[in-house]
Order: sequence, then structure tokens, then C-alpha cells
Amino acid sequence: MMTRRRFPWSWLLWAVVIVAVLLAPSVLPVFRLNLLGRYLALAIVALGIDLIWGFTGLLSLGQGIFFALGGYAAAMFLQLGSASEAAHGLPEFFSLYGVDQLPLFWEPFRSPLFTLIAIALIPALVAAGLGYLVFRNRIKGVYFSILTQAALLVFFNFFNGQQKLINGTNGLKTDVTTLFGQMVGSEAMQRGFFWLTAALVIVSWLFVRWLVRGRFGDVLIAIRDDEPRLRFTGYNPTQFKTIVFALAGALAGVSGALYTVQSGIVSPQYMTVPFSIEMVIWVAVGGRGTLLGAVLGAVLINYAKSLVSEAIPESWMFIQGGLFILVVTVLPEGLLGWWRSDGPRNLLLRLGVPRRLATYPRLELDGEEEVQP
Amino acid sequence: MTASTHLIELRAISVSFDGFLALNDLNLCLKPGELRAVIGPNGAGKTTFLDVITGKVQPTRGEVLFKGRSLRGLPEHRIARLGIGRKFQSPRVFEQLTVHENLALAVSRPKRPWPLLMSGLSTTQDEKINQLMAIVNLQSRAQQAAGSLSHGQKQWLEIAMLVGQDPDLLLVDEPVAGLTDEETELTADLLRSLAGDHTVLVIEHDMEFIRRLDSPVTVLHQGQVLCEGSMDVIQSDPKVIEVYLGSADEEHA
Repeated sequence: MMTRRRFPWSWLLWAVVIVAVLLAPSVLPVFRLNLLGRYLALAIVALGIDLIWGFTGLLSLGQGIFFALGGYAAAMFLQLGSASEAAHGLPEFFSLYGVDQLPLFWEPFRSPLFTLIAIALIPALVAAGLGYLVFRNRIKGVYFSILTQAALLVFFNFFNGQQKLINGTNGLKTDVTTLFGQMVGSEAMQRGFFWLTAALVIVSWLFVRWLVRGRFGDVLIAIRDDEPRLRFTGYNPTQFKTIVFALAGALAGVSGALYTVQSGIVSPQYMTVPFSIEMVIWVAVGGRGTLLGAVLGAVLINYAKSLVSEAIPESWMFIQGGLFILVVTVLPEGLLGWWRSDGPRNLLLRLGVPRRLATYPRLELDGEEEVQP
Repeated sequence: MTASTHLIELRAISVSFDGFLALNDLNLCLKPGELRAVIGPNGAGKTTFLDVITGKVQPTRGEVLFKGRSLRGLPEHRIARLGIGRKFQSPRVFEQLTVHENLALAVSRPKRPWPLLMSGLSTTQDEKINQLMAIVNLQSRAQQAAGSLSHGQKQWLEIAMLVGQDPDLLLVDEPVAGLTDEETELTADLLRSLAGDHTVLVIEHDMEFIRRLDSPVTVLHQGQVLCEGSMDVIQSDPKVIEVYLGSADEEHA
């Protein structure tokens, strides 16, 4: 029913997105390219939120935890890699607090392989542990959201206060570190990270798409729609929810690492409450339950944010709030969901343009009614 | 009364909600292949009784034995996997999924994440889905969202999902509420055809439907079994007439 006689708009959109990303490095100035790269990184955390919220119905307000954990993993590796010439072979900030021995948990981050795995695995494990406890006790809906936000605050406060372990509120800088003999903040490196990010957005998209197509995805949708009913069908929702929450955590970790290396710093600011809520807004505006919507929402809203903030500083919060209200009241399925559910046609209809019908005589519709999915 | 001859056995079940006894020392046994109707006035504890069997509610006292095994403390999905399927009072299907997807979730097994991700539906499973859709007359709606079905079609889809789960015991709560007369008759025939291979327990208010099922009837009243017997016996029982059938008797008999 959905596929019949319908132009594959989302494929066209994807083609446009991919061409835009391919052309960006030759068109955009370095500053803008770097911004785009960061926003593409944010699209990955948005894909994870779409997986758990759009498909499974779990509204997490704590994805910043996993985002920051991925960022810290990357930053710790980079700091260690360029610390050999400094005092005691330690990252510089340690000397400020009189620490002359590397904290034990830093040690494994000397290894690039461990770091690459840890960027995804540590957030996934934290998410799995937190998720399992919450889901096993059948905590759902708004209580789940509140719990994730509370967890976010715990992590924020912990990271903020631990100067001697991870430089507390100052965070860890990455732009002045070196990787492969080059400054991470250099133009060449940043171009490399841009390509890496673009590739990983595609990989993440394909991965989440693979998850949500097929019966595994059907189970997720069934959890969202009627979880108790699913139990009586013989499925254990706790298992499925824990898995997707962990996967969304892993995606957030990858996202955070890519964002960190392109922003030049990771700090507890990544674990503030508003930032995690913004992530949810990107998905809501783009269209939850549509993967492309999550990607577009993250990139376009952030790009708009930077453009608007340059032109009219201080105004962005109002625009973002307005967008959210618009989506909640008028476009509950987000922009892409609105598009797919015949939104543009229905809008034209309200403006007095009748629907063109392929049937004769008027079989299904009289062309003057709005069609809901 | 040995455990081995019964598929399911409820032993002295009591369920208390803050002191209110929804079920009070309830005893009930079903033999394999049996079709049984359960009736009772509102508040007799019919739905609580299903909640106890399916693990939604833990009994305050007493024990449920299924295939000789106690169900105490088992979560709902484990009980479902042991072979107990349930159809809810108002049809509960997954509205955002298509008819085919709904049935695919029912027939899939094992119902664990990894196999679901790694393999598609087998040919036998797909055939089974097509058979089920043919039985309940939903083939033409296979790719339609279940939420867009009519009430009667949802009832049937849920019954088909229940059968697709292939449970040994089917618990069917008010399957013909809101159905047309013709649909009601077809549902009765369908349930009767399922008995034998499956054990079927039907809760209903519709006396004509129960008569058509032509099965032993158990009457619940205030959380206890009031009496058991064929429809004719039940309808002439003065205790039943007093608590329940009084007016319904004149209407339907």
C-alpha cells in the first residue's frame, strides 16, 4: 500500500544529501566545512535517538551521557598520544593539579585499537546496564525519560568535579594534540575527519535501517504500540529494549568522538540538560520514525542555528522553541513524516487546489477530503 | 484428579486486590483438547482468572499447574512460550504493522533478538501465515496496516495471531463482542475446529454463541465456580438463574 505508485522521494532526497556532502569540501570554506562535519557527526546520535524513540518509543533525555563518553575516549587517546614530551609523560593539565601519576583508567587509552572499540563499547555498556535495570523493572514512558535525565545530571556533576581525573569543567582539548604526526586541528586533518564522518553517517544509517526493516524492527514497533500484548505473544521486551538502548548508546559514542575531534574539545558541557533535549528536538522536527528525517533534522537545524546566530545573536532559542511547538502541535510526525503522509497535498487542498485523481469514476476519494495515513 | 491427565489445573486460587477477593478459592481443570466456555456476571472474576493463568497477576494463594508444572513467578513471555496464548477482550493487534507483519510476529520462533535479525521468515512460516489469512479471510489485506481494519477484522486477526502462536491452550476473551451474526457463527465454527488439537477456553456473554460452541460451560460467580455442565443443565440450574441467567434465559432460550 505504501510503496505502490509512489515516487521514491526519500531516495531522491538521499541522492541530494550525498551529492551535497561530496561537493561540500570543494565548495565550502574550511570554517563552514568544519561546521558541516560537526553537524553530520550529530546526525549519528540523532539516528540512535530515532531508533529508540521513533521506532521503540523510548524517549531518552540522557543521550548526552553516551555522546560525551565517546568524546572523552577519543580525547584521552589524543592527549596521551601527544603527551610524551611533557612532564612525566602525562597530559599537560595533570601538572596543574599536582598529579604525577597517570590515573589507572587512562592506561588502556594509549592503544588506538582499544580506543576505537571503547568509543562505541563503553557507552553501549553503560547504556545496557542502565537500560536493563530500568526496563527490567518495567519503568516506562515519562518515568523513563526522567530517569535518563537524572542519570545525565549525575554524570555531568561527576565529570565536572573530577579535575584530577579528567580536568573537570575545563574538559580535554584535542585540537592541539597530534595524530599521525599532524595537528588534529589542522586543515588537512579536519578534511579527513569530515570524510570519515560522512562515511560513518552512511554506515550508521544503513545499520539502523537494517535493524528496523524486518521482524526485529517490527518487534520494536510492537513494543512502541502495545508492549504488554507483545509479552503475551511470547516476546521479552526487556531484551529488545536493552539491546536497542545499548546500540543507540554506541551510536551516540561514535557521534561524540567525531564531534569532539572536529570541535577541538570535549567537556562536561556535552552533558548539559538542554543539549540532550536539543538532540530529541532534531529528531522530532526531522520526523521520528524516519531515518532520513533524523539526519536532516540534525544537520539542518544545527546549520540554521549557526547561520541565525551569526545574523541575529540571541534569537536562536526562540526559533528553536517555536520549531518544537510547531512540530508538537501541527506536525506530530515531523517534517518528513508530514511530507510522506500527503501533507503537501493536504496543504494545497486547504489553499484551494483540488487533488488530482487517477481513478474514474471517483472511486476512492472525491478529491476534496484530506487524506490521513 | 491427577495432574497428568489435565493440561491445566487451577488449585485453590485466590486473588486479593487490597482485601477485595477477585478470585476466591477457585478450582478448575481442563483436559487436553477440551473446549470450555466460561460465563459469569460482570465482576465474577473472569478476566482476573485469565490474568492469573497468563502471569499478568500473581495469585495471592493457590497454584496454577500447566502440563504439571507450576507457573508461579514466571513472567508473561515465558508462560506464552510454554504454550498459552491469549486473546484480549477488546481486540489488541499491533496497529502500525501490517496484517502480514502481525502474523509474522506470532508465528516466529525462536522469539529472540538475534534469530529475528539474522534470518527471514522460513517458507513453512510464510505458508502458515497465508493459511491463517485464508482462514480468517484477510489475504487481500495482507499489506494493510492492522489499525485500518474494521473491528470484526481485528478480532479475527487477533484470533489468527493466537492460532499462529500455536499454543496448547488458547484463552479467548469475548471473541464475538461487536461482531455481526454471520461473523459470530464463523468464529464459533473456527473455535470448535481448533478444539481437539488445542485446548480452548472461551469467555463470553453471548448465550447464542455459547450454545453454538456446544461445549461444557463453567459459571463463575464472585470469584468461585458456581457450577459446571452443559448449556441445558446450566440454564435450568436455579442457582445460575438466580445470579445470572434470570432475564437472559427468557431472551435467548
